[in-house]
Amino acid sequence: MSESLPMTMAQKILAAHAGRESVQVGELIDVRVDFVLANDITAPIAIREFAKLGVDHVFDRERIALVPDHFTPNKDIKSAEQVKLMREFAHQQGIVHYWEIGRVGIEHALLPEQGLVLPGDVVVGADSHTCTYGAVGAFATGMGSTDIAVAMAMGRIWMRVPETIKFIYRGKLRPWVGGKDLILYTIGLIGVDGALYKAMEFTGPTIEELSMDGRFTMANMAIEAGAKAGLFAVDAKTEAYVAERAQRPYTSYFSDPEAEYGQVIEIDASTIELQVAFPHLPSNTRPLSQVDHIEIDQVVIGSCTNGRWSDLLQAAKILRGRKVHPNVRCIVIPGTQQIYLRAVREGLAEIFIEAGAVLSTPTCGPCLGGHMGVLAAGERCVSTTNRNFVGRMGHVESEVYLAGPAVAAASAVLGYIGGPDQL
Amino acid sequence: MSIRGRVWKYGDNVDTDAIIPARYLNTSSEKELAAHCMEDIDPSFAREVKAGDIIVAGRNFGCGSSREHAPVAIKASGVACVIAETFARIFFRNAINIGLPILECPEAVQATEAGQTLEVDLAKGIIRNLDTGQEFRAVPYPDFMLAIIDAGGLIEYTRRKLQQARS
Ligand code: SF4
Repeated sequence: MSESLPMTMAQKILAAHAGRESVQVGELIDVRVDFVLANDITAPIAIREFAKLGVDHVFDRERIALVPDHFTPNKDIKSAEQVKLMREFAHQQGIVHYWEIGRVGIEHALLPEQGLVLPGDVVVGADSHTCTYGAVGAFATGMGSTDIAVAMAMGRIWMRVPETIKFIYRGKLRPWVGGKDLILYTIGLIGVDGALYKAMEFTGPTIEELSMDGRFTMANMAIEAGAKAGLFAVDAKTEAYVAERAQRPYTSYFSDPEAEYGQVIEIDASTIELQVAFPHLPSNTRPLSQVDHIEIDQVVIGSCTNGRWSDLLQAAKILRGRKVHPNVRCIVIPGTQQIYLRAVREGLAEIFIEAGAVLSTPTCGPCLGGHMGVLAAGERCVSTTNRNFVGRMGHVESEVYLAGPAVAAASAVLGYIGGPDQL
Repeated sequence: MSIRGRVWKYGDNVDTDAIIPARYLNTSSEKELAAHCMEDIDPSFAREVKAGDIIVAGRNFGCGSSREHAPVAIKASGVACVIAETFARIFFRNAINIGLPILECPEAVQATEAGQTLEVDLAKGIIRNLDTGQEFRAVPYPDFMLAIIDAGGLIEYTRRKLQQARS
């Protein structure tokens, strides 16, 4: 294999972690991992499997995060037992990155904020939205609990080198249109298995203009197209975000201009409207102008997709001085305690509460139909989360419409699915 | 290893919330998970599934969350094998890792109906429809994955590797 073989950034990161000059698409390789995570749903199984390996210690107690975020604050006795098991394992192993309620946030908002996942890293997590960290230029991918048990023990894991699909976005975004609309539009275009077993690389002038929060939203939903990872090149925005947070050195990798892609898809982003994904697939997208009058019962603004500062800010701009529709319950959930505190300090908390919304402490809660806003039969919810599968947020006959924070907030006021222009 | 079982047939994009809804994820008890397997798309499944039955499904089976509870629930419900046109990536890994046999074979999926009986030779990847007499060949596993399957899953595979390294 020649050293000058052009590679994508996914290939370069994986090659570096396999101790190789280069790797080829389709190869099965054994890679070193920089960071491993699990949550209150997936960690209990990972811990049980870890115990079967006959290893005394985790590979590195500073490179593992255990995040109690899904059913927290514990919704019932069983959830409390799961978190207890995780907490005891964290203490027994001396795992540094374990947070109690009051400090914890939603894993994929918390870890980048804390500077624990960095450019050029290989990150594996027992959570499918681990791909979120592609926003900072990491190769990050979700796995199951057994994989994570092995990664916690060995600091290594097997992977297949994925082909990459390159997306090039050009053009200026319309008012209120953001990362969520770009990614929903893209998933609508290629389908929920459009990037199965592949990596998605998001590039182009529109992406260069997009905020870090917008990039996190896009990388987060790469899995909704079946992708293994969703990657962004490191630029000045990434550097600015990472510089004030990084807790260790890191390396950035860039795709070679001649790198081979499985597919290159060009998108004129200036034509993209606000998007809504109808039940029951994230690919079932429509531009807002083609959405009929659909009355709703609930709005959720939060999650690892859209629970960051700019998401809350966008929602607050719309809710300021307005009231949530009398028939609607609006639930706002900041992704982390830092975001929550800022929302209090900068007056967003007051805007939400005065509008008649609920402001919750960080939790996954309603996103997976856990607690804090579970839907009854026949109820409809506009949600900034990432999945609208049958029964995802509650009863099998409930419906979830996915959208960005602008549509969610506007819909909360209107009482039906709509955008800020309809207010 | 040969399997013979009755077919449960499902469509494309069966997600992990359909296989095991999140409201049951406050436990990792295999028996409890199995009792709610497929509940939201097929309430009869958990009641009527028999040991040795086979799930046959379309594209992207097991998409959605990384919950290993999904293949665990299927395996604990007695299903001997899942055959799909394609599998979602994380589900594929999870199934191999916990020792739930899975095969990718679009032709077999298209030619199989619910309630028919299939005979599957896992080692050779051969699927035979006993109702129609048709025979299909699934995509073979790479050697490395076969080694994990042979060991009975990733944990046992890794444990053996660790033991070898120590001795
Ligand atoms: S917010 Fe939703 S999608 Fe994100 S980690 Fe939590 S449950 Fe999963």
